[in-house]
Order: sequence, then structure tokens, then C-alpha cells
Amino acid sequence: MILCKVVGSIVSTIKHDSYHNQKVLLVRPVSPDGTLKTGTMVAVDTVGAGEGNTVLVASEGRAATEILGFSARQPLRSVIVGIVDRIDRERSDQ
Amino acid sequence: MKLGRVTGKVWATAKDPKLNGLTLYVLQPVDENDAKIGTELIAVDTVGSREGDLVYWVGGAEATFPFSGRQIPSDVTIVGLVDRLDIRPGGTA
Repeated sequence: MILCKVVGSIVSTIKHDSYHNQKVLLVRPVSPDGTLKTGTMVAVDTVGAGEGNTVLVASEGRAATEILGFSARQPLRSVIVGIVDRIDRERSDQ
Repeated sequence: MKLGRVTGKVWATAKDPKLNGLTLYVLQPVDENDAKIGTELIAVDTVGSREGDLVYWVGGAEATFPFSGRQIPSDVTIVGLVDRLDIRPGGTA
């Protein structure tokens, strides 16, 4: 999983069936201290995330298939699987 | 998944039979400000996109699964047309 910030949402009428009834958000990778990085991604929300939230995005393996309960694999790979409340780090780490 | 802009159409007569009937497009990955990211890709279309459209696409193994019961030899597949992007003010640096 990677750490991202929700920066927007996508309105889309014509899309693959696997995206129907899904909330599709725009996320940008961030470092743990909140610095935005490049590489904007499109991710399906499964936890009720909103714009401005720091979230966990899973986009490897069969994460999407498992979380969304698809019976067969679908052309969908990035899902928001958690909203981050807080990150604690060692002071020497910063 | 990522955003992309359809910038051209690819014609290929000789190709893997599993690609027959599918439309191939030149796709430029972009960010939320429509700025180009990296090199252009060739993508299989599944949603009836046209040149100039803003789309979202999926890469990797998932690109091979747009049709149930059938896998296609694609590593980039367009899966949605963007009608509108709602960007949070200040959300972009």
C-alpha cells in the first residue's frame, strides 16, 4: 500500500462495468510528513474517503478483486482501503 | 489506474488474433492539470473513446481482464471516460 492524499473526484458516465456504483477519486502520493509527490492516480474508494483525507491505496496483487468481492479478476487495480488518522514517527527519523 | 489523454489512433493489420476487433489508441498519461507524465503508450479501448478524450486507464495484469471469460494481450487498457474532474482548491502543489 502507498500513502496518498485525496485531491479530487471524477465524474464519469461511460466506464467499464466493474466501476459502476463505485466512487472514483483522484489521489496523489504523499510522504509521511504530508509533502505531495508527483504521479496522480485514479482510485476506487471503499471506506468513505473525502477530499483532503490522507489515505492508504492498495494497487498491487489481487487487492481490488478481494476487497470489492469480484468473482473474477477485473480491470481495476487501485483501491482506497483506509483513512489515516495519524502517523507517529521516531523523532530521529525526521 | 491513471488519467490519460487520447492523442491518436493506431492501425495494425497484422496483430495477435486476440486483439482483432479492438481499437488501439495512442495514450498520453497526464496529471489532474492535464500536464504530460512520461512517455506515450498504446492502449486498448473498451469504452468507445475518441481522440482528444480524457480517460482513465489501468496497467499491468488487470489490463488483460476487460472481457469476462477472455483475456487479451494488453498491458494498458482504457476503462473509463472522464466527464468532469472536481479538484479540491489547493489540492495540487
